Amino acid sequence: MPIHEKSLIRPENLVTHEHLELDGVDVSGHWSTFITSRAVTDYNEQMQEEIASLPGGEFIHRCWQCGSCTNACTINAINPDFNPRYWIYLIRMGFEDELLRDKDILWQCVSCNRCTYACPRDVNPEGVMKATAHWLELKGHTEKKPSTVFDEAFSEQVFATGKIEDGRVLRQFFARTGQSLFQDWLVQMIRGLVSRLPVGLLMKLGFATLKRPRTRGWADASAAIEEYVEECEANARKALRLDMQGAE
Amino acid sequence: MSGKYKQVAYYPGCALEGTGHAYNRSTRELGKALGLDVVELKNWNCCGAMEVKNVDPKLQTYLSARNLSIAEAMGFDTVMAPCNGCYHNLKKAEYDLSHDAASREVTGRLSRKAGHKTYEAGKVTTIHALDWIKDAIGEDGLRARVKNSLNGLKVANYYGCMYTRPRHIFPEKDKGPGSESTSKPHFMDDLLAAAGAENVEFPLKTACCGGAHTLSDSDTSTKLVLNILTTAEACGADVIATECPTCHTGLEMHQVRAEKVLGRKTSIKILYFTQLLGMALGLSARKVGVQENLSDSSDLLRARGLG
Repeated sequence: MPIHEKSLIRPENLVTHEHLELDGVDVSGHWSTFITSRAVTDYNEQMQEEIASLPGGEFIHRCWQCGSCTNACTINAINPDFNPRYWIYLIRMGFEDELLRDKDILWQCVSCNRCTYACPRDVNPEGVMKATAHWLELKGHTEKKPSTVFDEAFSEQVFATGKIEDGRVLRQFFARTGQSLFQDWLVQMIRGLVSRLPVGLLMKLGFATLKRPRTRGWADASAAIEEYVEECEANARKALRLDMQGAE
Repeated sequence: MSGKYKQVAYYPGCALEGTGHAYNRSTRELGKALGLDVVELKNWNCCGAMEVKNVDPKLQTYLSARNLSIAEAMGFDTVMAPCNGCYHNLKKAEYDLSHDAASREVTGRLSRKAGHKTYEAGKVTTIHALDWIKDAIGEDGLRARVKNSLNGLKVANYYGCMYTRPRHIFPEKDKGPGSESTSKPHFMDDLLAAAGAENVEFPLKTACCGGAHTLSDSDTSTKLVLNILTTAEACGADVIATECPTCHTGLEMHQVRAEKVLGRKTSIKILYFTQLLGMALGLSARKVGVQENLSDSSDLLRARGLG
């Protein structure tokens, strides 16, 4: 059995009979464990195409399931359930329900690109992970995950001013995710730094949090970017048929 | 010394104006000490780091294209970026603009609306601060200038993800002897060895620190960083040398976090390679911004007579 059919041997799909005879043959006990028969009728036939229409997902069709991505994966090494090869298989087969079982860990891809480096078919698995994470959010299968909240807080600053100030990104992210800024590890780190820094530099850094760094003459670029972002969003909605669903 | 890179355009990027301040300072001081001129890009913008590409990758290409067009307008054919994120994104833009018509179209459209010249692939070469020192000064040149040898300081060289992956955006790497390797990079090792360091065999040179999710998934980042720190210690290193502000800050932050949250204390020090090289050239610890690092390495540096 190919390893990606592991859903078949999940405990709830296995049956062992204490006393069972079939056509005169004793099939009782552990040695005669049965796999419950499966008939899949609810393939999501659009899933692959939809994910392929989002940035990063374009080359998912190239995958031949060698598993180099999962073998190389940083996150798989600390969580075996994080399995890009398996997810690509599920998407290509249209097994949406199986994919949704992992909807709360898929966003954890750290974009280290070890998979992209290893992939012999140029699938760009890192991009596929991002496209799939977006697909889950756009389809309403999950709320916006912390990585998306962070990406948005960061990108909004870049689009508005041309630059970011990392202290502001940090404060915004903690505010938007409802976390306290006064995490004890963060406080300890800042205390250590403050005790060592010369006063002049401290004042300069403090000033930077008041006066936002920005690129001069950015307004036209900012407007052009915002317009393009809207265009991307509209394309994604169309490809995922989101507006049509709303109209039904 | 070849005379190459005597003067380069310099793209510090946002991190070097914030948490990576010490990397900015030490890079500039190192250049000054070596007689290399860096000219900051005028009115540059953020490269989009690891985030904007998740809104749309072509937007990230545009952001880098704007910076490359500034370098071109200033008359430079080379731009040096010390930050792995900036370096990676400039390289990625260069690759996409020469291989992907859709990226060219979007970059052209946004550049016109923003009112500046559209950057065309092939006009400006992007190099990392490691290429800069390696090609402009080289190991022999460094050896001749060392005033305060690192004297056998045991160093684990940590390059992170974005300096080598994905490989197709770095066409100059993996070209045999003399070129950088994407599977086992060595430029930083070479430079620090010339400054007297003893590089330990470190298998996690290009492991990931979880930098992209350093705040959004901090438990994962802490695990990844702790693995890097404990492995470097097990390899016998006193210091991890870094060449990326995101990696550097990530290692420092999660070293504290690992101790506070997981109760795992590590004592290895974390310094930018530019700080180590600068001190080897006789610059003071203060001059290369050691006190601006989030972690405190003053004990080790005093004990080793550095800075």
